Amino acid sequence: MNRKSLAYPYMIWAGIFIIVPLVLIVYFSFFVDGQFTLANYTKFIEDYYIAAMVRSIGFAFVSTAICLLLAYPLAMILAGKEMSNKSIILLLVILPMWMNSLLRTYAWANLLENNGVINNLLNAMGLPSVKFLYGNGGVIFGMVYNFFPFMVLPIYNALAKIDHKLIEASYDLGANKWTTFKKVTLPLSMPGIVTGIIMVFMPSLTTFLITRLLGGGKVMLIGNIIEEQFTRTGDMGFGSAVSMILMIIVLITLGIMSRKGALDEEGGLF
Amino acid sequence: MKWIKRSYVSLILLIMYAPVAVLMVFSFNDSKLPIWKGFTLDWYSKVFSDTGIKQAILYTLIVALVSSLIATVIGTLAAMGIHRMTGWQKRLAINVTYIPMLSPDIVIGISLMMLFNVLHIPFGLPSLIISHITFSIPYVIFAVMPKLKQMNYNLYEAALDLGASPWYAFKKVILPEIMPGVLAGTFIAFTLSIDDFVVSFFNKGAGVDTLPIKIYSMARKGVNPTINAVSTLMFATIIIVLVVSNLKANQKVKEAKMQ
Repeated sequence: MNRKSLAYPYMIWAGIFIIVPLVLIVYFSFFVDGQFTLANYTKFIEDYYIAAMVRSIGFAFVSTAICLLLAYPLAMILAGKEMSNKSIILLLVILPMWMNSLLRTYAWANLLENNGVINNLLNAMGLPSVKFLYGNGGVIFGMVYNFFPFMVLPIYNALAKIDHKLIEASYDLGANKWTTFKKVTLPLSMPGIVTGIIMVFMPSLTTFLITRLLGGGKVMLIGNIIEEQFTRTGDMGFGSAVSMILMIIVLITLGIMSRKGALDEEGGLF
Repeated sequence: MKWIKRSYVSLILLIMYAPVAVLMVFSFNDSKLPIWKGFTLDWYSKVFSDTGIKQAILYTLIVALVSSLIATVIGTLAAMGIHRMTGWQKRLAINVTYIPMLSPDIVIGISLMMLFNVLHIPFGLPSLIISHITFSIPYVIFAVMPKLKQMNYNLYEAALDLGASPWYAFKKVILPEIMPGVLAGTFIAFTLSIDDFVVSFFNKGAGVDTLPIKIYSMARKGVNPTINAVSTLMFATIIIVLVVSNLKANQKVKEAKMQ
């Protein structure tokens, strides 16, 4: 009952439904009608697609940075001693994730629309309307909103694990608050930060839904380009090639980040 | 300092809950448009009469239940197997398991779609359930593995020495120890399945829509407030489950303290 063979059903499953699909992407990206070709990849070297890729990386970068800047103080407050009811507040941060993310994003569209709730409030206060949506700002906002809890959780977990004696020792040895933060708290919470960055950067890089709902079809990210190949133009070969390029960027990012110690037991979500 | 911290936490919670509140408010709104016209429960009664939405709820629940149960069984067995592995086998198994967790949803979605095309697996419930199992299993495995690591393997061997059959020893010794991990895995798998849009979007069949897909197709012409009502009901259910389980846990702690 406790043997390696117990994993065989899973290994077979993983072979068929994890490995083979990846092989298919590689195959379809290099072969058109059974002929080897690089055409799908050379097609990508075009201003339009390169711009979408650069935009995707830029947006993911910005939204990750905003998430980190907002989440770290929150995680510190929640992990601090003086906050009462912190487990309830942590639960409150996670709870909205159980309401369908699509719907919450759509509700933001209702709030932020040109004649939506917030603009009506602004007008009622005698202020001019603001055009929040259907541009880069709206899309980045959507990314930050949707993936924020994924940044808070791992950082909170890392901070909560820190032995408070270390921080007291640092004070005893004459360090001030800032030095203690820089030399003790920050390095010890690094695994959480790295996990958080991965958890926010990856979905931001690859989303096509947020762009759809909050970008009004005007902002093209790499995810939108892949989606179009499979649902509209039907160019599976090119879609596979773009997916391959996306996977390579993901792998490079993971490679860089895992050197900093993510994904081991320290920074894990569980 | 304290009030700064409090207002920061409140501000973040306000932003997190603004859309949730909007959805709930508009689920009671006597108008299809997002402008307040008066209180009504019409949308809630429509939940139980609109066949399209009822179907979507049904499909969502079928896919979530079946896929999370199958993922739990395969994943728990896999975790026990991988736990016994050593060296390259273990590394390979763990790295393969990381693939679906770290691949972008859209890549999982399109690659499975191509596989189902090649294998002629029909699009609809089968493709949805298979794809949901595939992205759920890793979460089950990584929820169960730490519990196996914490467990004392000698206990299992002791049970065998004392004459228990492997199945009996598993049921009486291993399962109780790893149960929290198994349940956590099932729970993660279930919620991932219910909330999934991207993978389902590429692998759905004609006429088989899950709720997220239904919402997406509605979003273009304006979301029907019935969907708001459905989500409010689902959200309320989750909150009730959480509150009840918390209260029970608290009660247990109190009872333990009393003793």
